[in-house]
Parts: sequence; C-alpha cells; structure tokens
Amino acid sequence: MTPELISLDHGSGGKIAHRLTAELLLPLFDNPILSDLHDGAVLTLNGNTRVAFSTDTFTVTPLFFPGGDIGELAVNGTVNDVAMCGATPLFISLALIIEEGFPMAELTRILESINRAANAAGVTVVTGDTKVVPKGAADGLFINTSGIGLIPEDVRIGSTGAQPGDKIILSGTMADHGMTIMTQREGLTFDSAIESDSAPLNHMVAKILAASSNVHVLRDPTRGGVGTTLNEIAESSQAGIVLQESWLPMHDAVAGVCELLGFDPLYVANEGKLLAFVAAEDAEAVLAAIRSDTYGREACIIGEVTAEHPNQVVLETRIGGRRIVDMLTGEQLPRIC
Amino acid sequence: MTLQHQEEYRDPQLSRRLIDAIRRTSTRPINLMEVCGTHTMSIFRHGIRDVLPDTIRLLSGPGCPVCVTAQPEIDTFIAYARVDDAIVTTFGDLLRVPGTASSLQKEKAAGRDIRIVYSAFDALKIAQANPDRQVVFLGVGFETTAPTIAASVLSAREMNVTNFLVACAHKTVPTALEALMQSDQVQINGFLLPGHVSVILGLQAYRPFFDQYQVPSVVAGFEPADILEAVRRLVEQIEQGAPRLDNAYGRAVGEDGNPKARSVMATVFEPVDAVFRGIGTIPGSGLRIRPAFAAHDAAIQLPVQVPESREPAGCACGEILIGAKTPPECPLFRKACTPENPIGPCMVSSEGTCAAYYRFHH
Repeated sequence: MTPELISLDHGSGGKIAHRLTAELLLPLFDNPILSDLHDGAVLTLNGNTRVAFSTDTFTVTPLFFPGGDIGELAVNGTVNDVAMCGATPLFISLALIIEEGFPMAELTRILESINRAANAAGVTVVTGDTKVVPKGAADGLFINTSGIGLIPEDVRIGSTGAQPGDKIILSGTMADHGMTIMTQREGLTFDSAIESDSAPLNHMVAKILAASSNVHVLRDPTRGGVGTTLNEIAESSQAGIVLQESWLPMHDAVAGVCELLGFDPLYVANEGKLLAFVAAEDAEAVLAAIRSDTYGREACIIGEVTAEHPNQVVLETRIGGRRIVDMLTGEQLPRIC
Repeated sequence: MTLQHQEEYRDPQLSRRLIDAIRRTSTRPINLMEVCGTHTMSIFRHGIRDVLPDTIRLLSGPGCPVCVTAQPEIDTFIAYARVDDAIVTTFGDLLRVPGTASSLQKEKAAGRDIRIVYSAFDALKIAQANPDRQVVFLGVGFETTAPTIAASVLSAREMNVTNFLVACAHKTVPTALEALMQSDQVQINGFLLPGHVSVILGLQAYRPFFDQYQVPSVVAGFEPADILEAVRRLVEQIEQGAPRLDNAYGRAVGEDGNPKARSVMATVFEPVDAVFRGIGTIPGSGLRIRPAFAAHDAAIQLPVQVPESREPAGCACGEILIGAKTPPECPLFRKACTPENPIGPCMVSSEGTCAAYYRFHH
C-alpha cells in the first residue's frame, strides 16, 4: 500500500481538511478553547478581560490581483477572524517567509499595502519576523499574521449559537475573491472585470453589535465558501438551515465564470464578507447597519435557521425544488466539458 | 466573454408553466435517461426531480467522461505519470479517480509532475516550454472535448513540437445510445440528448440511431427551463405514441452542428472499438489517433507497462452508468465510498451520478 501523503485537498477548507484537524490536531492539543473551532480563540485573562486571538497564513498566486494583493489579504484576513469573535481588533504581528531572489520592489509594494490595510482597519503592527529561504523552497512570498482584540463585556458571539427562527444575513456578493484568483491564474479574460472583495470587516461588526444584542453567530466565509461555513455552523449549533437560491447575491460576471468552469459559487472563497445569524425581530435593523457600511451595501437576507433537519443545509431552488448543500469535500477542480 | 440568457431560462414562472404542462400530460410511468453528466448536475442543482410528477423517473446515463473511462485506461494514465521526466497534463476531474493501485492525485503528492490544464493547448504550451521532456495530455471526454484536442495535435505537427503527446481515450455519444437500447438491464422510454455534444454533432448525428430504434429523443440545454421543456416534449411524444427526434436547444444546436470542428476531429482521429465502464466493448464507440499523426500518439511513442487492472470490488458504477441501479442501491454508497474516499469514478467527478446523489439528494 502506498503511504498516505498530504495532498492539496488537505488545505481546501472542506471535509478532507476538517478530517485532518479532527484526527491529527485536536487529539494532540485538545482543550476547551481550541475545540470551539471558531475563527479565533476567546481567552479570558485576569478573570474578566476577554481577548480574541487568531492566526492565519497567506499563500496566493498571483501575489497581486485585481482588488488587492497578498499584503492586504494578510491584514484583512486576521482582522476579520478576530472581529468574528465580536472583538475589536487592536494589534497584529507580521511574519514574512521570502524566497531568495524575490524582487525588492515587489516586497516594498506589498509592505506599503500592509501599512495601508492596517491603517484602514485601525490595527497596529507590533511585532514581526523575516526569514529568507533558498530559491525553490517557497513560492515567492508567504505571510503569517496573528492578531488580538478585546471583546466588549456584553458581547457573546460563538459558532454554536444559531437558533431556530434566526435570519441569516450575507453582507454582499459571493465568490468574488476565489473566482478572481482563478481567472488570474488561468489567464482568462472577460468583458466585465471581476475583483477580489478583500476588505476589513471590523467596522461593520461594530455597527452590527451596536444595532442588536441578539446577534448569535458571526463568521466570514473564506476558504470553502458560504456553503461550507453554513454547514459548520449548522453542525456546531445542531440546527438546520434553509437558503433561498433566488436571494443569494452574486455579480453577473462572477456567476458567468462559475458556470463556465463548473464551479459552485457556494464553495468559492470570499475575503470581505460575513454571515450574521440574528434573531428575526432584529434582522431588519442589522441588515440596515450592514448596508450602511462601505463593504456591506449589497447585503441580503439569504435564509433562516430551522428546527427541522438539524445539521443540514437545504437550498430551495428558484423553480421550487429543494437540494442539500453539503460541505465541500476537497478543492473544486475544473470539469472536463 | 459574457453569458447572456442564463437568467431567463431560470425564470420561476416559465418553469412553473412547464411543470404544470408536464403534470397535466403525464399519465403513465416512464423512464427518461439524461445521457450527459452536465444534465445530471443541473437536474440535482435545481431540484428538478422534486418538481416532476411521480410518473417520471429520471435515469442518469453514461455521460460523465471520467466515469466511462475504463479502468485499464486510468491505469495507463497513472503509468504515464510514473515515466521519469514525463509531464502529464490533465483536466481536473481525472485527478482523484482511483486506478487499480493508485490515482493521479496520489502520484502528484508523491512528486510526479502532473499538471491541471483547461485545454489541450495549455498542454501544448507546456510542451514548447519543456522541449527536452515528453508532455502527455490525457484526452478523455466526448465530442465536446475531442475537436480542440484534435486541433492541438494539428498545431503540434505544424509547429513541429515533437514532445507533445496525446493519450487518446475519447468516446462518442451516438454509438453509446445504441448500446443502451440493446441492453436488457434497463428500459428507457425517452432520451434527453446532450446539449454540448450536439452543438458539435448537430441533430443529423442521431438520425441513424433514431431511425433504427424509434425512441423519443430530445436535445436539451442546461438551464432548468431547457430541461423541463425537453421533458415536456418527451412526455408528449410518449403519451401520443409518436416518437420524434426533436431539438429543444435551438439557440445552440442546428441540424449540421459545427462541420469545421467535426472535420478537424475526423482528420486526426478515427473510430475504434472502445470499452465503456459499465457497458463493455462497443464497436466503433471510441476514437484513436490516425497513423498519420502517430508522432503525437502516446500509445505509440511512450510504451508503458500497465499492471493488470481490476475494477474495485463491490462497486456498482457500471450498473449506475447505464441506469440499471441508482447510487443508494450500491452497497458501498455513503459507507465505504464517499467523496473523500471514492471507490468508483462516479463518486469522483463533479458530474458523476454518485457524487451528485451524495451531495444533493436527501
């Protein structure tokens, strides 16, 4: 038998990646904070100060793409993970792994972009590290950022709190980031430009929390997309989710590229969107708060939580049929015809 | 590039009218087969089974290119990947298909140079960039992919890119339809004919088949209203006892198809007896590279030792591919065989029937 090796599927954010976490990582490091499996860890310090702590590593080809670059992504990604815990992100670290021969001018551009993104999000880079590895040992540049933020006393946001009746709000269009990267990588060009949605969401989260104290879950649907994130929430909350296909917001051009390549937009990465689960009575207020933010103008209610079919996400199609939205298995691969 | 019209064929009101018409017309139980994997996916994605009356049973046919590729062909692909210094280029869906002892994905993780491409022309570029290495493109699929692959072989010859090789495992649709009609394992009352394949072949390609078997056959597009309209026409034909060869995808398919694409295909390929997984050998149902282009034929230029192939034990992919079984009737389905750990190809490809059932069916 051939020995098992790590494949790209293990990093896809789908089921195969989950299995790696559940079978290899959790048993070794098991503790109640980690087993929450939220976007960030919630730590209680000094008895009552709650801090959100998160880390993320960024590898993307190409490093520069329409709508952003790896630097901006590295700041926003960690800022958003901290914000999804209901925290105000304050400080981030910055670690660079650079391949020998990397152009200094590109590095400068990326660092300037990091600086701009940190300023926009209102976070300070307070520590960091730089490593250079021999040519071939890395693909240009990898970036790791970690971030911490403070959680206000009255805020309780987790991944397990979805309740039947909750409305589910998506803060804007799906699949923009993932399809932008895909088209750049493959050199596909289209009539209308598509752009990554990379954006900081902490200001939006602050507006959401000011608008309602009945926000039960916040998550940013990055790798694995909206479909996978909703499955994770359904599972950890032991609740069912019903989506309305016709309510799912998408840019036409992105929908077209997905059709063409055979990608299901529900599983394509976003880098500037969040999902909010809110008690029905506060849904309109939260929707208005999200829409008042620069990055939430196209927010929509996309479905709701139900006591039926726990752990399962079901989509009502435009023509009145129903289908299951399962978790992504591995990387989506372009189909043959 | 823009995709227009898509929205109008997803219009709920149009679909509702078609569903009502189908419900009014359909009185007797019938089996309709969609021959194309993209139809299978679309039927699941839009929940079309849910909205049809109980009288209509949709069977998924042998239209997923990865799924019908025979086990020895998969094993040969894996053997190419193991040739030192060779680069294997492939469509994404093939990567995870389990061969007898390995898969391309496992070979890739073990360090073999296997690259996903979107077109044979990408593979040709890779060959130009690596003149001292042999670049094998894995040619699978039906008449939709075959013309571009044929064109890449013509270009390779024109530009004298001698290290560009094609491993040809193409299959053709009309011959497979005949084999399905001859099978006693399944009773098919009507065919939803594939949209993309028909864009190339045109309606004319199905005439000999239709003349012989007189079975209701309608070419369908891929949006919900396209599929519902084709189902409506099939039901009408069956209820009236008046079989026809009909085209419900007129905005893309004509009588003659794309003669240029067919001529390129015919220049480079010739018919050969081929093995469909699940059906067995069908005379003249495959394509091989003509001797004039042997310089680009991987089967000739890159002989490999392929260990004896075995089909996975217990796997019902073969019966599922001809509609004789549905995935839940396979003992491995959802148990030993899942998308994370697929035993048979129908669980691998996004267009495979088992993968579609697994993902969408409740």
